[in-house]
Amino acid sequence: MSLVTLGVVAILFAAGTYLILQRMLSRVVIGLGLVSHGANLLIMLSGTGPAQPPVVGESPVAAVADPLPQAMVLTAIVISFGVTAFLLALALRSYLLTGSDAVEDDLEDLRIRGADGAEKGSAT
Amino acid sequence: MSWLLPAVVAGPLLAAGLTIFVGRRLWLQRGITIVGVGFVLGAAIALLVAADSGSAQVTQIGGWAAPAGITLVADRFAAIMLTVSASMLFLVLIYAMAQLRRDALDWWFHSKYLILTAGVALSFVTGDLFNLFVGFEVMLIASYVLLTAKTGPGEVRATMSYVVINLVASAMFLVIIAFVYLTTGTMNLADLSRVMVDIDPAIRNGLGMLTLVVFGIKAALFPLFMWLPDSYPTAPTPVTAIFAGLLTKVGVFVIIRTQTLLFAGDEPSTLLLFVAGATMVVGVLGAIAQNEIKRILSFHIVSQIGYMIMGLGLLSVAGLAASILYITHHIVVKTGLFLVGGLVESEHGTGALDRIGGVLHRRPVVAMLFLPLALSLAGMPPFSGFVAKLALVQEGIALDHGLIVGVSLMVGLLTFFSMTKIWGAVFWGRETEATDRAAPGMLGATVLVVALSIAVAAFAGPLADLAARAAGDLIDPAVYADLVLGAGQ
Repeated sequence: MSLVTLGVVAILFAAGTYLILQRMLSRVVIGLGLVSHGANLLIMLSGTGPAQPPVVGESPVAAVADPLPQAMVLTAIVISFGVTAFLLALALRSYLLTGSDAVEDDLEDLRIRGADGAEKGSAT
Repeated sequence: MSWLLPAVVAGPLLAAGLTIFVGRRLWLQRGITIVGVGFVLGAAIALLVAADSGSAQVTQIGGWAAPAGITLVADRFAAIMLTVSASMLFLVLIYAMAQLRRDALDWWFHSKYLILTAGVALSFVTGDLFNLFVGFEVMLIASYVLLTAKTGPGEVRATMSYVVINLVASAMFLVIIAFVYLTTGTMNLADLSRVMVDIDPAIRNGLGMLTLVVFGIKAALFPLFMWLPDSYPTAPTPVTAIFAGLLTKVGVFVIIRTQTLLFAGDEPSTLLLFVAGATMVVGVLGAIAQNEIKRILSFHIVSQIGYMIMGLGLLSVAGLAASILYITHHIVVKTGLFLVGGLVESEHGTGALDRIGGVLHRRPVVAMLFLPLALSLAGMPPFSGFVAKLALVQEGIALDHGLIVGVSLMVGLLTFFSMTKIWGAVFWGRETEATDRAAPGMLGATVLVVALSIAVAAFAGPLADLAARAAGDLIDPAVYADLVLGAGQ
């Protein structure tokens, strides 16, 4: 397992987590993209384990790269691609409805918090 | 008969493609969906009968033998879950067709519902960790689209948080897959259960914790449940009802499967019992603070998940059997409660407790549908919740875990209180004007769900025996491994 690649995975996860915690939907989408890249890279690294490539053929198994992590990453990429497209559509819809791409507070939460906040407000 | 296994996944997917193909010819779309979901229900029952009579079905996709190929397997536990889920999917479909026809959302709904069915079925029958990821994603992507049925600001906001939290969990699932493949070199669950025993306990426990976190998010366990009450209530009733009944329970299914098959300890898990208790308490307290039918019920989903995890935490045959019984009862009752909530909401245009009243006098039928479900949720005899809770409490006492038993009984009482809150505000009190009347199909489907929940109570004996046999399979990982890989290897 390459230490450099592992470092890249760590950086992708750190940057992705930071972006996901932002309020702007466009940043959240980019953050999710980074996190899933990190996860995919990690799966690529996992091919160096004790796994025997499930290959039937003429060349010895040791001479072949393990195709399974690559197949898994390919599937994962397609899935995250589809979901990212959906998220972007949702972010656009949110922008068209509210005029900004910030995540809004839940009205019901605000209402329940409001009952509490009003008491505090009157006390001060 | 093993062709049924790939068919429960491929059938609804094929039907989904067909519904898109026939476009706006609604009667054709409806017919295809009924056939598609009905087929899954029939196949699920056949698989359950086969699994319980000792010939559980196993299929190796493409003829590649496990552990190299992808395995589909319906053991007792998976077949029970599939049967209960498919029956709910079928009944909610009837309800949905009646309601959505009125709301003119019908043409849009069917393909997503069928894809959801396929995803749920694949998650239950898959015997491969990566394939489980795929099944989950198929289910979740359909659920994202179903949540955005109406694209108002509320729905977009709710869906956004739902999608983001699920994507984070999915990315973490990929991390688990990477680590598991790196340490064991296999993705097949049965093969993993044999290899895991030799893995360094520190790594094994770490993987177990990661799995618990990821599926704890999907199953809405304490402290990872915040997304659920936030996102479920905004969708149309049939969508919320099927999400409430099924999606979190698929998460619970995977937790039980992985914790018994791959990461099983030797004694009751204090961590799981703590998580179970905290989930119950926080969920029910959240429900009491709410003022809207669907939001109250959403918090109760969280609370009830605690009971299912409690049985797993006890880690005995009787405990797991109680969990399985609880899941069976809960899927039916919870779906039913949301359908009744939807009936009230669609007749009054709102679910806010302070704006509805006197439903008992105007619509006694609706009140009579709510009553058995609410009492069952609270665990009152003679309804199904009582039977399931009794099994859990008995086993808790037998294993000397008095604290969790006390907590679970307390939470039952608080659940009862929260149900009386709905009853007092909505069904008693001053009569309010109804704006509309629920379609007969909606009422009929709800009656069937209630009848099924009463049937769970009436046939509690045979069901408990079945759950005990399923739990017996779960407690010994070798049963599952021998089923998939053959006993000799």
